[in-house]
Parts: sequence; C-alpha cells; structure tokens
Amino acid sequence: MTVIEKDRDGIVLKGLTKSFGAVRAVRGIDLTIKPGEIVALLGPNGAGKTTTTDMILGLSRPDKGTVTVFGLSPSDAVKAGDVGGMLQTGTLVQYLNVRELITMVASLYPHPRDVDEVLKQTGIKEFATRSTTKLSGGQTQRVRFAVALVADPDLLVLDEPTAAIDVEGRRDFWTIMREVTAEGKTVIFATHYLEEADSYADRIVVMARGSIVADGPPNEIKARVGRRTIRATLAVADVADLSTITGVSKAERHGEGVTLSCLDVDTSDNALREFLTRYPDARDIEVRGVGLEEAFLELTADDEDDVATEQHHGSSGSTEGWA
Amino acid sequence: MKNLTYLKFEFLRTIRNRRFLIFSLIFPLVLFFFVAGANKNLVVDGISFPLYYMTGMAAWGSMTAMLSSGARIAAERQIGWTRQMRITPLSTRNYFAAKTLSGYFMAILSIIALALAGTSLGVRLSAVHWLIMLLLMLVDLIPFAVIGIMLGHLMKVDSLGPLLGGITSLFALLGGAFGPLGQSGFLLKVIKDIPSYWLVQASHTALGSSGWPPAQSWIVIAIWTVAMYRVATRVYRRDTLRV
Repeated sequence: MTVIEKDRDGIVLKGLTKSFGAVRAVRGIDLTIKPGEIVALLGPNGAGKTTTTDMILGLSRPDKGTVTVFGLSPSDAVKAGDVGGMLQTGTLVQYLNVRELITMVASLYPHPRDVDEVLKQTGIKEFATRSTTKLSGGQTQRVRFAVALVADPDLLVLDEPTAAIDVEGRRDFWTIMREVTAEGKTVIFATHYLEEADSYADRIVVMARGSIVADGPPNEIKARVGRRTIRATLAVADVADLSTITGVSKAERHGEGVTLSCLDVDTSDNALREFLTRYPDARDIEVRGVGLEEAFLELTADDEDDVATEQHHGSSGSTEGWA
Repeated sequence: MKNLTYLKFEFLRTIRNRRFLIFSLIFPLVLFFFVAGANKNLVVDGISFPLYYMTGMAAWGSMTAMLSSGARIAAERQIGWTRQMRITPLSTRNYFAAKTLSGYFMAILSIIALALAGTSLGVRLSAVHWLIMLLLMLVDLIPFAVIGIMLGHLMKVDSLGPLLGGITSLFALLGGAFGPLGQSGFLLKVIKDIPSYWLVQASHTALGSSGWPPAQSWIVIAIWTVAMYRVATRVYRRDTLRV
C-alpha cells in the first residue's frame, strides 16, 4: 500500500483537551491511528466526536495536547492536500452543477484525482449536469463525499457521513466507501450507529462524555454494547433455574418481575424461546435493547468521575458478565 | 490568486446569481435611463447631468456588487461551506481575494454597462478620461470590499439582504449618487468623509475640469479601508474561533 510505503507516522493524538466555556467537550484523549487503518469513532451525541475530528482537521485548536497527521500539524497536512474531509453539517454552494463543483474543488489541490473518475466512482456521473441545489439527500451526501475524495487524500475524515440519509442511501454510501477504502487510505469516521461502525471499521473507538471509553476490534466492542434484556412477569420462578437458560448472562427477580440479561441479539432471541418453553405462563414480556448511549454510560460508570452520577439514564449497575 | 479555475467558477457563481445581477446592474441602468433620460441637457456643477448621473448610478451599482461578496460569504458560512474550504489548501487570504475579485468583476460589468448607457444618452469622454474614471472608481471601491467581508462575518444571510440594500442606498444617497445633496455647510463636510462621495466624484475627474482628486479623497479612502480592515480581522477571528 502506498501510504505505508511512505513510512510515515499515522495520526497521533496526545493528551487532547478542548472546552467550550464550561463544557468540557474533550477531556484528554490519547489515540494513535496507523496509516491504512479504518477507525470508527462511535458515541452518542455530545460525546466529543465532532470536536475531536475538528481538531484533527485543524478547524479548531486544542486547549491542551497535540495532534499530528502523518507527522505534520493538521493545518500543514491540510495545506499539503493530504487530508479530505466530510463535515457533519454543510450543504453545497449554489449556482454550479455537480461537475463544476467537483472541478472547482479539485483545482484547489496539488495532486487531485481525475474529476470524471471521481464522478464515476461515487456514482454521481448520471446527475453531473444537475444543479447542486436540486439533489436528493442521498445525492447531496455522495457529492459531498466526492468533494472530500477528489483531493486524493491519504487521510479521509468523515463526520457522521450518513446522518442525513435514509437506510437505502446509507447502504449505497458505504458500498462506495468500501471500494474507495480498498485503496489503502486511512479513514476516520464518526458515527452513532453501532452497525455502521461494526460493518465498515477495522477498529472502533468508543467515546462518551469527552473521553475514550473503549477501543478495540468491532466484534469485541459489539459484545460490550449490544446487550439485550428480557423482562417478564412471572408468579413462580427460580432465579437459579432462570440462570441456566442458554444465553442468559444474568437473571434477577424483584417480586413477580424477572429480568434476564443477554449479551447480544442472537443470544437473546434464543434465550427468549427457551424461556417461553420453560415458563409458558410468563406475561407482560418485554425485550429491550440497551441503547448505545446507556451502554456507553455504563462503560464509564466505573470511572471515579463524579459526573456519572449526574446522568439520569437509569443505570442498572449490572455490569458484571459483559465487562 | 494564481488559481484561475477556482476564480472562473467564483465569477460564474457571481454572475449566475440573478439577485446580484438585478441589484448591481439592472436597477441602476433602469434608474439611469429614467432620470438622466429626462434631464439630458441639464448641467450641474459644470458637469452634464447624464455624466454626473452615470457615475452616480455606476457608483451605486458597483458598491452593491462589492458589498454583495459579503452576502456570499455570509451564505457560505451559514451552509458550512466556509468550513469545508478551510480544510482545503485554499488559504484564507485567497478565499477573500477570490470573493473581492468576483465583486470587482461584477462592479466592472456594472460600470461598463452604465458607461454604454451614458454614451447612448450623449455622454462623450476621451479614452483617457474613461480610463481615469474607471481606475478612480476601482480604487474608491476598496473600502466597500472590506466592509463586505466584515458584514459577511457579522451577519446572518437573512438579515444581511435587507441590510445591504439599506446600506448601499444610504451610502449612495449621502455620496450624491442620486443627485447632489448640498453645496456647502456642515452636511457637505460630513459627506466628504464618506467614501461613496469620492466614488461619485470620479465623474468630476473624468471630465477633467476639477483636476486630480484632492488629498482628502485619498485620506478618506485610506482611513475607511484601514479601519474596516481592522474590524473585519477582529470579526473574522471571533467567527473562526467559535468552531
């Protein structure tokens, strides 16, 4: 891969801190991303993902700490044309058609890619002569992606690239994305969809309240945040027996209510089937996915950080069994 | 500004904006034919009225063209395009240079259109005088380029539209673009400190009767430019620090 042949450092974040007034958006992040790695920054809104990507892009300056992009400062990397970005918010400028827009942006870079090739690759060639203001959400998003791509950057930073589009558009987007990243680019994308991070990243960095709370390969992260709980009302039940149901990592009983915790969707489906076979008189059955946000907050609940207690998301405290 | 491709698309985007075209070109032209056409043989201050009114309308139109780059900056800020540009190798300086140059591009179109309109109503100037008038106007437009950049970072696009209309009309009115305001007294003294006055006065020089613009003209233009530049820099810093 060309990027690795350059024998450069990847993206290095050291002790990164950024506050906006009283809001501590990013609270001391250390992260090293190797060239060619595809990393998802996963976290709920307000986790500090955008603040982090903004600092990597040189759009905002850290209060403390440093960012280097392939050994350069973010602004030097941007100047050298090494970085392409797709920001979270932003529409396209008007009075241009799609091809004109991409040509204009390409002209700003020292070593841009061929405009036609980019139009083709991002699937926007069919509407290349359409005005930038007359596109659907999915089309706009693909054009914005082309804007980032035409730079032929070594690093692509995508801040919630699929936030504004429907499910189908989202799938199309990632299909194109996968083709592009096969070329060995380093990619950092922020998302709050676990499935996206799971399907498209080599590595998931989970952020919550300005800190990195987990960092690892997708299957590991998924296991940690993909939990389900089954709740039911049951007159007679034995906790010990409930615990023996396959896939149940933890069983609890409060009066007539029972709660079964499962590690992920597959096991909870199986556990529910077995539970109903064993206890056909169970009523009021509720299967609930632990929200990503809740899972993240639980991940940080062990921190001594007192802020955790301010969170009103009812943390059950049952972290054992999946930590 | 070495990047001609980028500049070309900036020009295209400016000229495709129908609203800019109407306000900086069509309106002044219509008003010119309306007013100067009815007073073809009038002489004011020793200057033929169509010539005076021609520079007045060209001043108004070109001022609008220059300030319009502020509206474009505000719009690009609002939709997040400015941030997108900040992560390209395009420097801030060149971003503003391109906006200013496309403002000038529209301004020159406006001045040329008015010059042609003037000629059709009998305005006759030598080539040298046309050139001097054009150059003087371009110099006197500098403060408006800076004011545009400043407003573009200060205002939201929705409030900027009407504000620009008001500002250009006020500048034009006080500068005497719609007709001379006063020949003496306190008002004229104040008016002489406004850059648009000197923009309109370019016609006097064009006629060659009142000689080269007085020192005051250059001082006023310079002071306004420097002062507005300082405000614009401060406003820009505040705006980019926010993100």
